[in-house]
Amino acid sequence: MSQTPTKPRSFQSIILALQNYWAAQGCAMLQPYDMEVGAGTFHPATTLRSLGTQPWAAAYVQPSRRPTDGRYGENPNRLQHYYQYQVLIKPSPPNLQELYLGSLAAIGIEMELHDIRFVEDDWESPTLGAWGLGWEVWCDGMEVSQFTYFQQVGGQDCHPVSGELTYGLERLAMYVLGVDHVMDMPFNDPDALIPLTYRDVFKQTEEEYARWNFDTANTEVLLRQFEEAEAHCKMILEQPHLDPKTGKRIIMVHPAYDQCIKASHIFNLLDARGVISVTERQAYIGRVRSLSKLCADAFVQTDAGGWSEDAA
Amino acid sequence: MSDLLIELFSEEIPARMQARAAQDLQKLVTNGLVEAGLTYASAAAFSTPRRLALTVEGMLDASPAVVEERKGPKADAPEKAIEGFLRGAGLTRDQLEERDTPKGKILFAKINKPGRPAAEIVAEVLETTIRNFPWPKSMRWGSGSLKWVRPLHSIVCILTGEDGAEIVPMEIDGIQSGDITYGHRFLAPDVIKVTGFEDYEAKLARAKVVLRADARAETILNDANNLAFASGMEVVEDAGLLAEVAGLVEWPVVLMGNIADDFLGLPPEVLQTSMKEHQKFFSVRNPKTGRIERFITVANRTTADEGATILAGNEKVLSARLADAKFFWENDLRVATSKDGMATWVKALENVTFHNKLGTQAELIERMAVLAGELAPMVGAKKEEAMEAARVAKADLSSEMVYEFPELQGLMGRYYASAAGMSDAIAAAAQEHYAPLGPSDDVPTAPVSVAVALAEKIDKLTGFWAIDEKPTGSKDPFALRRAALGVIRILVENELVFSFSAVVHTSYAKIINSVVNTIAVFKEHKIGSGDTAYETYSLVGGLDELDGGLVDEILFTEFKGRQEGVGHHEGTWVGDDKATLRQLDSVEKIKADLLSFLHDRLKVYLKDQGIRHDIIDACIAMEGNDDLTLLVKRARALSETLKTDDGENLIQGFKRANNILTQAEEADGVEYSYGADVKFAETDEERALFKALDDAEAVITPAMEKQDFTTAMSAMADLRGPVDAFFDAVQVNSDNPTVRRNRLNLLSRIRSICSSVADLTLITG
Repeated sequence: MSQTPTKPRSFQSIILALQNYWAAQGCAMLQPYDMEVGAGTFHPATTLRSLGTQPWAAAYVQPSRRPTDGRYGENPNRLQHYYQYQVLIKPSPPNLQELYLGSLAAIGIEMELHDIRFVEDDWESPTLGAWGLGWEVWCDGMEVSQFTYFQQVGGQDCHPVSGELTYGLERLAMYVLGVDHVMDMPFNDPDALIPLTYRDVFKQTEEEYARWNFDTANTEVLLRQFEEAEAHCKMILEQPHLDPKTGKRIIMVHPAYDQCIKASHIFNLLDARGVISVTERQAYIGRVRSLSKLCADAFVQTDAGGWSEDAA
Repeated sequence: MSDLLIELFSEEIPARMQARAAQDLQKLVTNGLVEAGLTYASAAAFSTPRRLALTVEGMLDASPAVVEERKGPKADAPEKAIEGFLRGAGLTRDQLEERDTPKGKILFAKINKPGRPAAEIVAEVLETTIRNFPWPKSMRWGSGSLKWVRPLHSIVCILTGEDGAEIVPMEIDGIQSGDITYGHRFLAPDVIKVTGFEDYEAKLARAKVVLRADARAETILNDANNLAFASGMEVVEDAGLLAEVAGLVEWPVVLMGNIADDFLGLPPEVLQTSMKEHQKFFSVRNPKTGRIERFITVANRTTADEGATILAGNEKVLSARLADAKFFWENDLRVATSKDGMATWVKALENVTFHNKLGTQAELIERMAVLAGELAPMVGAKKEEAMEAARVAKADLSSEMVYEFPELQGLMGRYYASAAGMSDAIAAAAQEHYAPLGPSDDVPTAPVSVAVALAEKIDKLTGFWAIDEKPTGSKDPFALRRAALGVIRILVENELVFSFSAVVHTSYAKIINSVVNTIAVFKEHKIGSGDTAYETYSLVGGLDELDGGLVDEILFTEFKGRQEGVGHHEGTWVGDDKATLRQLDSVEKIKADLLSFLHDRLKVYLKDQGIRHDIIDACIAMEGNDDLTLLVKRARALSETLKTDDGENLIQGFKRANNILTQAEEADGVEYSYGADVKFAETDEERALFKALDDAEAVITPAMEKQDFTTAMSAMADLRGPVDAFFDAVQVNSDNPTVRRNRLNLLSRIRSICSSVADLTLITG
């Protein structure tokens, strides 16, 4: 926090500045989760680790997919694939707001010239059975982050409470870099040997996925995959805790949670294909939620979830 | 005497909760203090985004000592009972007093409760207040268990007396009370030590915090008006937004920005809504062009560049927002003016559920169209135009603009319908068919709008009545009371004369079709001739008679289907659907229920206009009470009549006649209703009454045929003189049976003539 930040020149320099900043605050620098998710919250480092009593501090970039937001790369602000920067600290430290403001300074926002505001925005994820209270953070009228104190995840009360920070990286970077269209944003340094823009990296994929998401994804296959992931998740968690091969107590929460994430993403794809009616929508969300609840219940039975032999 | 200052300093409190929280803080703390014996002279509470503050002035330094007397057991009660009493009172046996009472010697204890110092009481009351604070939503943080709206950081709690300020020591979940607070988050974040309320408010002001929300609002309003005025513009007033913005800043700095020319062509409501909802901007209008051309934003700080960076940022965000709005607007206009036009949107509503038992929005629209068509001739609209208007009215629900800004529904429909080249009447109906939205909202008056507005509301009422989702107590999730009041006001204020029940009948037939269609069984299996079968049944009187037969057949087929793996529905929906079908009441019952619901709403509506309940009841009891306009006319005329001396007294005469008659009829076991003849009259008064009744009848009967209640009732009130004179002079129960019978039959004429205008027996007093 001590060095004066240099004005960032590219998308990646902002990501790197955030990484450095949160590493300096003592967070574990994790990597993106290797599955398709709708938001950084779905990473087990947030969803599962916000449960139970064990302390936790992690930060990571998470590629996120929202099929319905695809605009073939033409909309200046909307993408079906984008990056979130996620920080989760448990228990939430008393100076989390100050730490957060420090991160804005670290990416080159001159704090004395801007108007930063914490505006009420309660967070709720019906698919995760989770909610929290907090704000959207405004910088000169623009939402640059989401700031949440988790109260419940997977239907479980959070004790202690985690503080979660989510930065929409493209939007934040566009603001800091003064870019109007996301595709014009320099991805690496404009003076690099091979300068690349966001367009060079993602324009084609946005087109490909938009077409696939909206028109091509085979809904029958997806519907089947949804059912399979759901059944799979339940099956995994129904296994006895004691592994017959090793004789160890192994609850397979993460494999089960992978299936929950899968079901959630497939639901998003089905939604984008427009085959889910308003009433069915609620039912699907409810089904994903019951999976995440099962996973949450199972996680608090594990070591990482704060389970101990003596207490049990 | 001393003064108390409390400040609860936290992370940012949602703007909408601040004012209420300040009131609650004041109420809870002062109530607690008074309850404990600490009275005070005055109190006031304040809020900013980061703090709640309370000042209590002229408070006692300690609660007064009190002596409490407690009645115990009898003096000769068992030892155990006395011991228990002593333990409770904290006394010994010799400190008790024996008193003779009618019930014998009884023990009394006098307990001296010494006064307690204010600090002790304040600490207790504040802790209870914090732990039980009625936030609409509260949360935990860190490892603690305390709940507050957002993390609570520090507590100022000081008592200031003649000797200076003193901290009231207390601790709650690790937060120690003290005498320090903090200034503005960015402009003056340093620690501030305070000694009392005046000092606190002054030091905060120096640290760029305006403590009073109304002062912040005033600054915002004045500065905004001045800025706008200086450029020849005016701020569009918005009290709700002003209060909210005053809750978002501790140090308001008003800035005015430009809306890029590209967006000035958007409808002003779109500009205003987008700026307000997303950005909390005030709209600034150019009075010369009538357009919204600028905006006011309120920052929470001053900057070295005088807000230039902040304003540039806000303008940029606004441009992105308005680019979205413009994109929606242009896309929507393209659809509205395309070959299929707004029908494209209605088609899309086939996939949008209105209610899971009442079908889709598209079905609703079709029902509305049929109903509006039926209503059209009664309200003076052309049938085809009313039907088209109903089909267009809700199309905008599929538009991109309304998806983004639901509050613009109707208004956008009007713009789009105009753009699509529809008549002004149809375009207006798109906006006006939602009206009236509240008791003070204008009712539509244009015939096409009236037809569609009535169709929308009557369909809603009939539909939710048919599936038994009526309002109960304070629960009215579908706003059916508002719909009923809407129907009443549209009919009455436009003086529309027609039978409400007949319209409900038409509506019901359509509703039943939708309800049946929502049941998946029908879609998948098409039992028999499907819809037609149900249509027939529903029209003859509800689905009651289906109980044993068709319903079970449907359910059995579905059950078989499931066994064979045809159906893929889960859970208990078969049972639910069975219940749904069986819940459907017969159309006659629904008509009666709905009418009585409307009558109840009508009573509320008329009571607000000064018409008494019993007057309305007397009118409701008459035939044709499902014509609300007539009902109201009748009630108004009766109310006016009863305000006159004659009217009021005639009621007494009528009641007297009615009582005598009823008693005689009960005693004699006959009904006196016919055959009064003037030739049996013995007195002048009697003959005068015959004449008066003949005269009144000659006026009232034709007047009633013309539904001219005022004339009829005035003629009725004219009977007061002859009726009074008759009772003064004549003994009805004459010894001569012929004369008696004739007089009773005469009374019966009073009854029948008066009863032709309203059921006057229901008038009280």
